[in-house]
Amino acid sequence: MQANDANRVRRELLIKIVREFMQGNLAEKIDRIPYELRPRDGQSSRCCVFKDRAVIKYRLMAILGIGVENETDEAKPLSEYLQDALDRELPDEDILSVLDVACSHCITSRYLITNACRGCFARPCTFNCPKKAIAVVNGQARINYDLCIDCGKCTQVCPYHAIIRVPIPCEEACPVNAIRRDEETDRQYIDFKACISCGKCMTACPFAAILERSQIIDVLKLIKAGRKVIAMVAPAIVGQFAGKLGQIAAALHHAGFARMEEVAYGAEMTTTHETEEFLERMKKGDHIMTTSCCPAYVEAVKLHVPELLPFVSDTPSPMRYTAEAVKKQDPDAFTVFIGPCVAKRKEAVADQNTDYVMTFEELGAMFAAMQIDVSSQEALPLDRDVKGYARGFATSCGVSAAILEELHQSHPEIEMPEINKQFINGLDHKTVKQLALYGRGKLPGNFLEVMACEGGCVGGPCAIGKVTLATAAVKKAAAGEV
Amino acid sequence: MDKIKVEICVGTTCFILGASELQELERFLPEGLRDKVDITGATCLGMCKDDNYGQAPFVRVGNRIVSNASISSVIEQIEEQLKHR
Ligand code: FES
Repeated sequence: MQANDANRVRRELLIKIVREFMQGNLAEKIDRIPYELRPRDGQSSRCCVFKDRAVIKYRLMAILGIGVENETDEAKPLSEYLQDALDRELPDEDILSVLDVACSHCITSRYLITNACRGCFARPCTFNCPKKAIAVVNGQARINYDLCIDCGKCTQVCPYHAIIRVPIPCEEACPVNAIRRDEETDRQYIDFKACISCGKCMTACPFAAILERSQIIDVLKLIKAGRKVIAMVAPAIVGQFAGKLGQIAAALHHAGFARMEEVAYGAEMTTTHETEEFLERMKKGDHIMTTSCCPAYVEAVKLHVPELLPFVSDTPSPMRYTAEAVKKQDPDAFTVFIGPCVAKRKEAVADQNTDYVMTFEELGAMFAAMQIDVSSQEALPLDRDVKGYARGFATSCGVSAAILEELHQSHPEIEMPEINKQFINGLDHKTVKQLALYGRGKLPGNFLEVMACEGGCVGGPCAIGKVTLATAAVKKAAAGEV
Repeated sequence: MDKIKVEICVGTTCFILGASELQELERFLPEGLRDKVDITGATCLGMCKDDNYGQAPFVRVGNRIVSNASISSVIEQIEEQLKHR
């Protein structure tokens, strides 16, 4: 994820919460945090410290796992929300919310004529505008927004590139148009019937107005109570911390997790199963099969691409396989999936074996708060021998590579259908449209791998490492170097 | 002349609070500084303890610690030290 102020503030808040909680001071201190961070005579990042404090309060609520929507009494102090968080048994099902106080209500007019306009003689903008919405006034082109229909013709024809499109970042980022403005209240909102929980709006918003509800308190509560909590780490974890996998296992152990289980272990099972399924489906005459491991993608197909739904693999995701195995071995343990993903929270709600979901960002904050430095840990031996390809699941194209390797190894004798693999590396407006075409068999290919995040899981909304470096690390891990 | 040692802390605290970006320092180093510095990653420099994490990421340039380090502030510090040599 890109470095910016908003990410930093969120991470600092997380560190603070974990520290105070583990030291047993959170209930007493939490209400003061907004004041400490934004003292009256200090600097503000928004209009004034008072607004900053209000925003910080909501951010802290989100860290406690409580959404703005749950607010019934504005005066309710954070310490009471903390109590609610500690009392709950299950995490909330809704994950994202728009924080209206932080939202800047970005302008809806999307085309803007900049100073680069020279009021030229040819004036292609005025001629090509189908609505005659542009006129040159005082030597500069002007758009009449009452007439403008946002077609964008003018941007294409201006020789100076003087007309730009100003997007609304969250709407632009949402691949399925699930975030929009309520015309009546003029507020931005998420339509949860359409939302696929990919988290793209959250990373896109420059005002950090989209919050994700954390489950970190639930996990810390268990750890503090000495319960057996098992960390199931997504394959993308290599490259997220400066340190090797064995060192991460050691750090997790120090942080109070009973042990680490690699979700790559489940990825092996996913691979074996999905490979068989592919062969079966091809035999049955299906024209295509598509992957099921990315929860945001699967949700997108369910909600928006009915044509493709019959062709989504039924194979459980690596998380599900891993959680099932862990629970079988250790029925009393709590399982926490740790990954770069927002949508996994949703998937976990439906999976009885995965109790909680944490993000890499939250894990990093937890390490920082507990002063556990991954890079100076003595590496623990990894108890499971996981195949390299399974560790490669976290980068785009990792899944297909795994399937192919598996096919080749397990069925050298079998008559293999010709594999024509296709990838969609990141969902956006355009690729979602392509999905329908795949469903209708209008595009070539019989094996379609889709990852909602560009670059695969390493490009997830809650990753901390740089995508390029993280990708390199995952590739190395897949090649056997952990 | 000895090269100036630049140690970017990649300890977990610094890493999540921005050091992951600093890994690109080398790329942005002005031509003239390239052969004058020796850039390495370092495990926790011990600066982030207690409530000091707010100052992370830390980078050690020579024997000076740069807190709240950014690519530009680290380059500034390198130039500063070269001046006084
Ligand atoms: S992690 Fe950088 S000083 Fe501790």
